[in-house]
Amino acid sequence: MNVQAPALREPRLNRPEPFTPGDGGFFQRDRTIHPPAYAPGYKSSVLRSPRQALLSLENSVSEITGPVFGHNDLGPLDNDLIRNYAKDGDPVGERIIVHGRVLDESGRGVPNTLVEFWQANAGGRYRHRKDTYLAPVDPNFGGCGRAMTDDTGYYYFRTVKPGPYPWRNFVNSWRPAHIHFSVFGSGFAQRLITQMYFEGDPLIPVCPILTTIPDKDALERLVAPLDLNASTPLDSLAYRFDIVLRGSRSTYFENRTAGN
Amino acid sequence: MPQQLNYLKETASQTAGPYVHIGLIPAMAGFDIFEKNFSNVLVTPNTRGERITLEGRVLDGGGSPLRDVLLEIWQANAAGRYNHPADRSAGALDADFRGWGRGGSDFESGLVTFETIKPGAIIDRAGRKCAPYVDIWIVARGINIGLNTRLYFSDEEAANATDPVLNLVEPPVRRKTLIAARSEREGKVAYSFTINLQGPDETVFFDI
Repeated sequence: MNVQAPALREPRLNRPEPFTPGDGGFFQRDRTIHPPAYAPGYKSSVLRSPRQALLSLENSVSEITGPVFGHNDLGPLDNDLIRNYAKDGDPVGERIIVHGRVLDESGRGVPNTLVEFWQANAGGRYRHRKDTYLAPVDPNFGGCGRAMTDDTGYYYFRTVKPGPYPWRNFVNSWRPAHIHFSVFGSGFAQRLITQMYFEGDPLIPVCPILTTIPDKDALERLVAPLDLNASTPLDSLAYRFDIVLRGSRSTYFENRTAGN
Repeated sequence: MPQQLNYLKETASQTAGPYVHIGLIPAMAGFDIFEKNFSNVLVTPNTRGERITLEGRVLDGGGSPLRDVLLEIWQANAAGRYNHPADRSAGALDADFRGWGRGGSDFESGLVTFETIKPGAIIDRAGRKCAPYVDIWIVARGINIGLNTRLYFSDEEAANATDPVLNLVEPPVRRKTLIAARSEREGKVAYSFTINLQGPDETVFFDI
């Protein structure tokens, strides 16, 4: 990182503890790397996209704050999708580990934040009352989990690799294998839902949802590479997926690293 | 060549899809998996404040209710304080109120409800008193990046008239898209709201 430490400013040192990320407001969201609301190649967006300009709002206390979760909100198996719905055996499919860090745009880990994830089973079928795809439901697979990042922003879970599946957009539209992610961060303005894709999937360049993203680099950052170093020998392959949330204008002080 | 700033870029958003319930409200997907679930009920019996129900729908550009939409709300407690360390305002914290909830719309009617309390007024950075409001975040199939809006209360006419954010909305006729209508049914207070994604009554959405 090449970020220069700003000069100390006395008035901020006198602020009461605790000093938290987001205090000074978040960096402006760069909407050129996000999909536009109206993206007709993804047909569902046609009637569901606002047409008026968004009203720009300076971050106020309701945007720099957000819900605080604790380990009490999670169960012991919540980050183990291989076991958290198993009835009489493990789910079918390739066993994988997904891991990475939740960072902000300044490269700092986002600690103690809730990450939730959900996915189809190895055949490409969701355990959802509205999913009627031909592939079978796996009796041992629920398809959802959640984790809290540690002090450095690190998270991990294990699961089976989801399968691709067809959907009603163009007649022959198929989703690449993907895992949905929901991330909170420290303020409500950091709230993000995205999807992780798998390196090497030939459906990535032809997916109408993935290609709503106008920026090629931003699209590629949703593709998790195979991480052999983190794979468990004779057990699971691993994929690495780092998630970046908005940066904050909080000021870094050497004498106050906690939560910053 | 100057030095590089080297900021990272935010991860791009993707739609939550039609099956968002699996991960976030699995009971609506049709199964039970977590020991503790998040829900649309923000209050416990000990929460301080006036009990209210928020009841609304999200309509698409064709006027149809979204039956697969997920809403999250975030609000201050009855004293006007958020349950977060970055809010150091004077109001008392309420240990029995996190201030956050999520709810999915009914698969038939599209109705989404929250059981909560009416938030107190907050003071903004400039020291101005704001009308009470609830932050809303909307995700669904076809919504490529979550939409932010606010809900204000119809019985706060005087406060709404001087609210610094409502007063930014032009033309003024659009301000009404953010105001929920109060009603009382069998002694219970409800606020009804409609979020229009498109059309002449398109709701005001915020870039925050």
